[in-house]
Amino acid sequence: MQRPDMSVALAGIEMRNPVMTASGTFGYGAEFADYLDLESIGAMITKGLSLKPKAGNPTPRIVETPGGMLNAIGLQNVGVDAFIEQKLPYLQNVNTPVIVNLYGNTLEEYGEVASRLDGLAGVAGIEVNISCPNVKQGGIVFGTDPCAAQEVVGLVKRKTSKPLIVKLSPNVTDVVLMAKACADAGADALSLINTLTGMAIDLDRRRPVLANVTGGLSGPAIKPVALRMVWQVARNVKLPIIGIGGIMNGRDALEFLLAGATAVQVGTASFLDPCAAQRIAQEMEQYLVDNGIGSVASLIGALEV
Amino acid sequence: MQFKSMVISNVEVSPGYFRMRMTAPQELATSAPGQFVMLKVNDAIDPLLRRPFGLFDVGTFSAEYAGCGTQCYCEVLYKVVGKGTRILSALHHGDLVDLLVPLGKGFDFGPAGEEKVLVGGGVGLAPLYYLAKELIARGDKVRLFAGGRTRDDILCITEFERLGVETYVATDDGTLGESGFVTQVLERHLGGGMRIFACGPTPMLSAVARMAQGHDVPCQVSMEAYMACGVGACLGCVMKGANHTEQTPDYRCVCKDGPVFDSFDLQWS
Repeated sequence: MQRPDMSVALAGIEMRNPVMTASGTFGYGAEFADYLDLESIGAMITKGLSLKPKAGNPTPRIVETPGGMLNAIGLQNVGVDAFIEQKLPYLQNVNTPVIVNLYGNTLEEYGEVASRLDGLAGVAGIEVNISCPNVKQGGIVFGTDPCAAQEVVGLVKRKTSKPLIVKLSPNVTDVVLMAKACADAGADALSLINTLTGMAIDLDRRRPVLANVTGGLSGPAIKPVALRMVWQVARNVKLPIIGIGGIMNGRDALEFLLAGATAVQVGTASFLDPCAAQRIAQEMEQYLVDNGIGSVASLIGALEV
Repeated sequence: MQFKSMVISNVEVSPGYFRMRMTAPQELATSAPGQFVMLKVNDAIDPLLRRPFGLFDVGTFSAEYAGCGTQCYCEVLYKVVGKGTRILSALHHGDLVDLLVPLGKGFDFGPAGEEKVLVGGGVGLAPLYYLAKELIARGDKVRLFAGGRTRDDILCITEFERLGVETYVATDDGTLGESGFVTQVLERHLGGGMRIFACGPTPMLSAVARMAQGHDVPCQVSMEAYMACGVGACLGCVMKGANHTEQTPDYRCVCKDGPVFDSFDLQWS
């Protein structure tokens, strides 16, 4: 039998398969080159960049929870200029689309980071983080208020000619409302979900485990919530969706496609299995082979309700 | 690299402390003392993350079933502290675990012939055994200062002595060796022409680093931290570099830049 067609296109980005690496879980790509073939995955999304280098939060920054983990890294990153100078040249030689995740402390910073990345070879698209739960400014403010989201997405859209993906927060009452606001403001695609705000407590010390007190929950524990939100948004918004949340294997990834996602991001799984993204793409393909399905794209939104 | 490893033995060497030997890839034969492994204790999603362990020993053996050649093994020494290590402690010969090896930066031995001073607190002795073995093989004089709360926390001392290491022991309750902190014993022995290698609880390392600075003795410390990935991606395990400020951040990843650091390169506040 012929190998199934695993390719998908998303907001003009052609990918050999639907598996992308989630921002903040794959460094700047090079960290994982010893463990997997970077040219076997659909796309790479790099650690979120800000205008200036960011120190991040005090430690402890991570803690494991049942079926998941909490993190409060605080968006530590090298800054957009150092990325362009030190990290991008390596990625330009890898034949896999690179999507750069970015955020700002202010509205203007979002625009400035986006314009510095515009026109650069080797940047296939940008993903705007309006949903980080771990920093006071930036992120969550824009991610929970539809008007603020519209403003920031609209501004970034004017500053870039690259495909624009907006990463949504699950920490809202109505994710569809946020998705619509971003669509109206000019987003080309939506990725969801970012982490769910949570906390862990050390009973004996009577203290929070994380120095930041709260953190973002990720891993298999959040998959049901993520599936539900992807499904809701897919039914109500006419934009391609990237499903994120607790994907550990090929079957998990395909469930997101059924719910309406065109592609998926693999995050926490890369921490425990550095070749998770490659493995998951292979497992998806094997499922198609085993079930006589010719094209992965035929499963997008194919959920029967 | 990622490796499916088979448990060879898993023995409780002291109440609550286990020494586990498992098969390892041939590449580990050239690992450096101080490097570590990330071990997945089962293939379930709970516990989700791997656990980091310093290499206690690395070597080769002839497996009776292999028929030919030698097989590389590695050992870890661990304390049962939570869900992951509890599951680990129940593994037997023949069980499989998944390893990422070898990770991080190991100890820098320094010039041969110089006296080497090893300082370990509790399970912090783990990477020091592999180190002592390599140093003795080079012909260095090695002294070990081991500390713990009680005598049950002083691990594998006989193994160190068998290598030819001169050992000094202190326990908080005086049940083995001197009564008090190991750093008090260490202080009396510090002098020129030596090099310190330390691993243990952070307060102990901080005290050792201060002493090393005071006596102008080079000192390397092996740090422990919560980490998710072990390969420098999650940024969960960072420590502050000596010149770190909020404006000029200088965070070092314990997994990638360490776990062994020159004590002068870290901020000890």
